[in-house]
Amino acid sequence: MTEGLLVIKESLPYLLEGAGVTASAVVGAMLLGLIIGVFLAVLQVYGPRSLGRLAGLYVWFFRGVPVLVLLFLFYFGLFSLMGVNLSAFMSVILVLGMTSGAYQSQIYRGAIESLPYGQLKAARALGMSDWKAIKYIILPQALRLSIPGFSNEYSIILKDSALAFVLGTSEIMARTHFVASRTYQHLPLYVTAGILYFILTWLGVKALRRLEDKARIPGYSHHHG
Amino acid sequence: MTLSENRPVLRAENISKVLGGKQILRSVSFELQKGEMKVLIGPSGGGKSTLLQCINFLIPPDEGQIFLDDEEIHIHRKRDLYAYRQKVGMIFQDFNLFDHLNAVENVSIALRKVKKIAKKEALERAMSELERVGVGDKANLYPAQLSGGQKQRVSIARALAMDPEVMLLDEPTSALDPELIGEVLAVIRNLAQDGMTMIMATHQMGFVRSLADQILFMQEGEIIEQGPPSELLTPGSNTRALQFCSKMDELYEEPEV
Repeated sequence: MTEGLLVIKESLPYLLEGAGVTASAVVGAMLLGLIIGVFLAVLQVYGPRSLGRLAGLYVWFFRGVPVLVLLFLFYFGLFSLMGVNLSAFMSVILVLGMTSGAYQSQIYRGAIESLPYGQLKAARALGMSDWKAIKYIILPQALRLSIPGFSNEYSIILKDSALAFVLGTSEIMARTHFVASRTYQHLPLYVTAGILYFILTWLGVKALRRLEDKARIPGYSHHHG
Repeated sequence: MTLSENRPVLRAENISKVLGGKQILRSVSFELQKGEMKVLIGPSGGGKSTLLQCINFLIPPDEGQIFLDDEEIHIHRKRDLYAYRQKVGMIFQDFNLFDHLNAVENVSIALRKVKKIAKKEALERAMSELERVGVGDKANLYPAQLSGGQKQRVSIARALAMDPEVMLLDEPTSALDPELIGEVLAVIRNLAQDGMTMIMATHQMGFVRSLADQILFMQEGEIIEQGPPSELLTPGSNTRALQFCSKMDELYEEPEV
């Protein structure tokens, strides 16, 4: 037991650095997913039918294939086929981001469709193009409504990011595995890894909760009626 | 009277619309002279709201033409359509204020993003419109913090800020509690007295009698009667408008405005 604690103490800076790598990969993936997700959602709700269907196909593909398969498919297959030479870290961000984009798009689509149609009508009646109406009227409201779903997605992607280990990215899981295989202190090390993931989840969810409160429209609270 | 005063500001010709397999509008035509107030009355489902929304192409008509100042509006020329909509203000039954913006932002957003007016100037203009409709002290409140009457007045300010030539009002008081109807009607009355050109669907018969220049009685997608209140609503006249009006008077007591 004391030996386990000693190993943790010695490897903690190394593992924390891995937590930094995990965090940046997840933040990158979430932001990429946000851009892709909003784009897909807008296409699905307002785009011409053909493009909406294409967006649907994208969602169907990325939700239908396991993340692990996607990581291998892109890192060892598609990226080299396309002649792009990406680091494992960048590949992880791209693959997780594209996957998350598929899931996030449905959060935003649901939020957009929950807004009263009158919001769009009023914007059009003032002479706004649909693009302006979406940008200034629809998305500011839909994105606010999407924060709880986004927070949920964050906690899922954070844990999916552990799969990046298989590509050799030096994130939490890979580093833990590396130390464990040298010191044989599996139990304390993986408990530590679990705690690191837990802390990252907690931090992110808490930050998003704060954002949600800050972005709340006055008068819309469900607490005070 | 000069020739220009005789020319209609807005003209709708033979507007037809089928929605969900049902013929909602059957070749409806009307025109609005400058400064005129026309009201649409008639039973629910008669096509009043669809007609008003066809006028600014929120619902594109299947057939028919719309002219503003003798210029025909083509829905496919997007730039022209957006310019036209700025000149035709619309007031909705359920207000449709932008829920994420406070009152003054609701009024200024289109000034800034559509008319490209600088923020400071847009906010000043928005404030003066809010004051004009008597809600200047509510500028920083959000729609969820306003009463129905205040919301509708903000939505009128929002339309006025665009300097419209014509206003379309789609039952502006139908979603309001009875005690709040008066404050909204008072604002509309002021607009009419200031010479705003308007067409309004309403069930407020007292208002129709006192303020309408012309009544259009609509039923089953057609304007079946039209004329000034003095003609259509004179006691004893054998019109559908009068029958309808009497029935409405039995159903509702109206606030004095």
